[in-house]
Amino acid sequence: MSRIVVVTSGKGGVGKTTTSAAFATGLAMRGYKTAVIDFDVGLRNLDLIMGCERRVVYDFVNVINGEASLKQALIRDKRTENLYILPASQTRDKDALTKEGVGQIISDLCADGFDFVVCDSPAGIERGAHMAMYFADDAVVVTNPEVSSVRDSDRILGLLQSKTQKAEQGEIVREHLLITRYSPDRVQAGEMLGMEDILEILAVPLIGVIPESQSVLQASNSGTPVILDKESDAGKAYDDFVRRFLGETVPHRFLEVEKKGFLKRLFG
Amino acid sequence: MGWFDYFRQGKPNSAQLAKERLQIVIAHERIDRTGPDYLPQLRRDIMDVIRKYVPITEEQVNVQYEKGADYDVLELNIALPERER
Repeated sequence: MSRIVVVTSGKGGVGKTTTSAAFATGLAMRGYKTAVIDFDVGLRNLDLIMGCERRVVYDFVNVINGEASLKQALIRDKRTENLYILPASQTRDKDALTKEGVGQIISDLCADGFDFVVCDSPAGIERGAHMAMYFADDAVVVTNPEVSSVRDSDRILGLLQSKTQKAEQGEIVREHLLITRYSPDRVQAGEMLGMEDILEILAVPLIGVIPESQSVLQASNSGTPVILDKESDAGKAYDDFVRRFLGETVPHRFLEVEKKGFLKRLFG
Repeated sequence: MGWFDYFRQGKPNSAQLAKERLQIVIAHERIDRTGPDYLPQLRRDIMDVIRKYVPITEEQVNVQYEKGADYDVLELNIALPERER
């Protein structure tokens, strides 16, 4: 039985693709056969974040149109076993994503023995975002501690509760809140919405908090999912998030201000 | 945090302000999407009618929609401005 998980947010630039790459890699590392699909037709980027941009031959839309088989289009990850990437098309427009086409690909992946299908949603609430969430069993809603991101997340939660297959069948999509780019020192200074504030506003169970970290940019520079950087706070926080998603009880880390030495406090 | 921050205390807490603004705007948007389709238009129409008589802003009209077991409740709360003397 496969689980379909959409990574979504409404707002752009909050870390959907970074999260999708880290999440899919984390699941595969634990032995689950995982596919990660880029739904951002026309603005594909998952391939760059996963470091497989030069290996893209066929894409999502080619498979929907019957121009390539799913097997031909899936890129097997070179670093992580059990991990496959289905890149978005860079040239077609978003109308190429039909409900029937997307549904067929997802059911083929399920039949092929995939344990998890991670759908990396584009920003916005248009067709690409709708198709990414339509077949989902679970949704990871990525939110920054910032007003426009929180508002857009609430909007997306409304769509998850009304515009998905599960909603149409009277069931619910399981929602998980992932807060990214969190700075405990700014929260303490009263400059940033705290984790509790966001939870109070959105009322969705928290699955993880990823601290603001320079390692995220470094990981994307090199095309390595940040979860593979086991030394970094962001990498560790993503690993915790994957374990929680799989049902483990893992305490939240990186929520408190780091204790600094006297010199560091003086010169920042 | 560098040494300079020690001189910048006592500024307003902008995170608290962000939270309050979000709670208001999200509450509005949730009513619009959970209530009947005509609710946003109804609110605008009510505003227009009241504005014929008194100047009011959007914050002064509060539309609540609650689903009950047997019936739904539409609650209007309009704060009229104080009369000029």
